[in-house]
Amino acid sequence: MKRDRSRLAALLPGLWLAIFFAFPFLLVLKLSLSDSALAMPPYTPQLDWNRGLAGVQDFIAGLDFETYARLTADRLYLDAYVSSLRIAGTATLILLLVGYPIAYGITRCPPRLRQMLVMAVILPFWTSFLIRIYAWIAILKPAGLLNAALGGLGLPPVNLLNSEAAVLLGLVYAYLPFMVLPLYAVLERQDPRLVEAARDLGSSPIRAFWTVTFPLSVPGVAAGALLCFIPMAGEFVVPDLLGGSETLMLGRVIWTEFFANRDWPAASAVAVALLGALVIPILLFERQPGKVIR
Amino acid sequence: MRPSAFNIAAVVLGLVFLYTPIALLILYSFNDGRLVTVWSGFSLRWYRALLHDRQMLEAVWTTVRVGVLSATFSTVLGTLAAVALVRGGRFRGRTGVAGMVYATLVMPEVILGLSLLLLFVAAGVARGFWTVTLAHTTLTLAYATVVVQARLASFDRSLEEAAQDLGAPPWKAFATVTLPNIAPAVAAAWMLAFTLSLDDLVIASFTSGPGATTLPMRLYSQVRLGVNPEINAVSTLLIGLVATGVIGAYLIQQRRGR
Repeated sequence: MKRDRSRLAALLPGLWLAIFFAFPFLLVLKLSLSDSALAMPPYTPQLDWNRGLAGVQDFIAGLDFETYARLTADRLYLDAYVSSLRIAGTATLILLLVGYPIAYGITRCPPRLRQMLVMAVILPFWTSFLIRIYAWIAILKPAGLLNAALGGLGLPPVNLLNSEAAVLLGLVYAYLPFMVLPLYAVLERQDPRLVEAARDLGSSPIRAFWTVTFPLSVPGVAAGALLCFIPMAGEFVVPDLLGGSETLMLGRVIWTEFFANRDWPAASAVAVALLGALVIPILLFERQPGKVIR
Repeated sequence: MRPSAFNIAAVVLGLVFLYTPIALLILYSFNDGRLVTVWSGFSLRWYRALLHDRQMLEAVWTTVRVGVLSATFSTVLGTLAAVALVRGGRFRGRTGVAGMVYATLVMPEVILGLSLLLLFVAAGVARGFWTVTLAHTTLTLAYATVVVQARLASFDRSLEEAAQDLGAPPWKAFATVTLPNIAPAVAAAWMLAFTLSLDDLVIASFTSGPGATTLPMRLYSQVRLGVNPEINAVSTLLIGLVATGVIGAYLIQQRRGR
């Protein structure tokens, strides 16, 4: 019926995303295969449209994997790659362990209270990311609030700032709402009679949880995990402010290559490598769990 | 089912974890001293200092303009995308549009920022206010789409069809029946887009140019120098502003929803 008209509405946003989202990726890919001439644009090779097909052939022949070769030769990039995935993976696991009980706890509350609690979990997400991470610097720094509190209790001070532990803490803090919400969405929809049935049939509360509640919440677990893991793997602000110079993460490497070293092809190559690691999680996210967060 | 002690503990501890750092940040913005660990009395001096910080005020003004413009663009585009995705059935390009929308949601900001920058360089556009606005529109479009989409999916289409049966042209039926109904979601989408734009450091850093320093960029350059009570003061104002907006929007939506 009016379906045909409705789909016309996709034209403008589709075009927008094609120009500002999809097409730029091709530019990143192209630049990662280019050589930097004098560390600033233009980069070689350049596409000469006026020469037609010969121009395109020359252009393709000029592309090479030199930048990638340079990056794989340097331990730094490989280390950053591995540690990005490791840190994001660990943080995702911690988020699940912390987020699940919170989401589950909220679903046990009376409906009116539930809405307010969900609101309370979302609210920090609306306040600036940068500010929330900044708040942790004041807590974690050597002469910060944490050590002041520990000193007051007669305990020895700890030095957490500029460590991987601080990065994990910051990531868990910043992404907690993203984990709790999808979990809550699936847990809330679950029929409480299923657990009651399991209990009536004699299973313990723990067993009822593992055989009924948890398996049914797997779509939420997947959605939350992907929703957190993907952006965390490329995170810049948290490792930069809390991680100090030792914590290597790809987001930060891209930033440094671009802003400090002005090596655009290297920054692009690292971006392509990061994207390569994330393609599978992103596709998974779009298939199934994308539906949960709606 | 009644919540167990464990349930209550999990929720309470979770909220304490989420709110303690923010509460401390706000508290120390009213501290008279420069140190963040020693309380030396209540004072508004950091707020006064803020009023004389021209660069900070300029950054706030830039950020607000970018936020309003990009949120408006992305809400319009996002609403269109939502209409097509919810009602368009299976059309060619649907997977492409939906795929790009969901990919933007999770794409690391560094990659988005870098790729947009390369686009602007390739197009030969001077970077500044407008490039940040375009970049933020792209970033927030996906969020706006998802928010409107959720509401549109639960909206009873027969109301709009009734209007059309009574002789209203499709666009009029949409504007007079559907749009007022999804208005809370559209408003929420705008708010979300505005907040995200207000908050973004990474994409703005890549796509901005001289004379278009946004507040997060300004804050970031100061944060790198260390903890400073003036940052706490700006942050407190920002948190207050956003919290008022969000809670207000929530209450409006609640009332409309009934």
